Amino acid sequence: MEGVKVLLRNPRREVEVEGPVRVVSLLGRLGYRREAVLVIVDGALVTGDATIKEGSQVEIRPVISGGAGPR
Amino acid sequence: MKCRACRAPAVVEIRRHNTTLCRHCFLGYCRNQVGRAIRDHDMIGPGQRVLVAVSGGKDSLALWDMLLDLGYDADGVYVGLGIDGYSQPSADHARAFARRRQARLVEVDLRQQYGYDVRSGAAADHRAPCSACGLSKRHIFDRAAVEGGYDVVATGHNLDDEAAVLLGNVLRWDLEYMARQRPVLPGGHGFPKKVKPLVRLAERETAAYCVLQGIDYQVEECPMAAGNRHLGYKEALGLIEERSPGAKAVFFGQFLERAAAALAGASAEAGGAVLHPCPSCGAPTSSELCAFCRLVERAGGDPRRRVPVSGR
Ligand code: SF4
Ligand SMILES: [Zn+2]
Ligand SMILES: [Zn+2]
Repeated sequence: MEGVKVLLRNPRREVEVEGPVRVVSLLGRLGYRREAVLVIVDGALVTGDATIKEGSQVEIRPVISGGAGPR
Repeated sequence: MKCRACRAPAVVEIRRHNTTLCRHCFLGYCRNQVGRAIRDHDMIGPGQRVLVAVSGGKDSLALWDMLLDLGYDADGVYVGLGIDGYSQPSADHARAFARRRQARLVEVDLRQQYGYDVRSGAAADHRAPCSACGLSKRHIFDRAAVEGGYDVVATGHNLDDEAAVLLGNVLRWDLEYMARQRPVLPGGHGFPKKVKPLVRLAERETAAYCVLQGIDYQVEECPMAAGNRHLGYKEALGLIEERSPGAKAVFFGQFLERAAAALAGASAEAGGAVLHPCPSCGAPTSSELCAFCRLVERAGGDPRRRVPVSGR
């Protein structure tokens, strides 16, 4: 089985899950809030309803920056 | 899913607008939001020179990219903070972007030019790292703009940043800070005008913008950011937003529309201090030596070193 390789960031690490899987259920399974991340499949941004096929390269990229010094 | 505007395959959902957009329409939406913020708040006048405060992260690079696309004369300024594992890759992203867009990037390195870094400066000046960092960046952005003849400094603060700061200010009822929390801070008295053209865009949108434009940015966070209060406010707002999409934009937008004018008095009262040029660096200050030069001196550096910025 090929599986789906998922790159997580901050810190950078990789996990593998079984495919095919829908983006929203992958996020739910890994405990991510949909609005806090972008999902990039084989280099392309996808919406929550997309289905991720076996053998895909996925990145879950957090979008929340915390670097707020005093303004 | 299809694009609400043109029926092409959608790549982004924007929940607070209850819409999904394709790449083309989404990029147009982002530019429109920035253009509208600039117009609504008189951020940048025709022919004015803009200095973009660039960190190498998604917001500042998206901002710089959009300002260039919108036809503004925009250079970038990057401050090397000397933070291990973070500053080097951030600088690389800023430089790569500048090269790709053939834009001018002014670089100031704290260690090389002032003899300290964020950690040593914070320790010497008895501040939190983010406080020393913020003070240093603000000072250098201001000086670089004034000495380089720029009309406006643009920073990448987005809607989520502003909403989180507002929540923090409201939780303390810090009226002075609230009064100053504007998308535009007018210049004068030796300070440059400062603008935040991304206030109408959420940070998920600026990140998506970068991905769709092929802009490589610093994804990994600054190690000093972990667990700070600002992140907690963002998390809290994120939970509210999940139940009521759009709540964040209303919270901040209505603050600007309804509360900000009423608060103007609070800032007028606070703004009574008499400013004079710092004898060491020339920046306006109300104390004998400005806070930046004090930090540099305490850290054993030389505040008299000039920020090397010149007009083109
Ligand atoms: S997290 Fe703090 S130290 Fe790091 S860049 Fe942001 S303000 Fe500076
Ligand atoms: Zn479209
Ligand atoms: Zn000074």
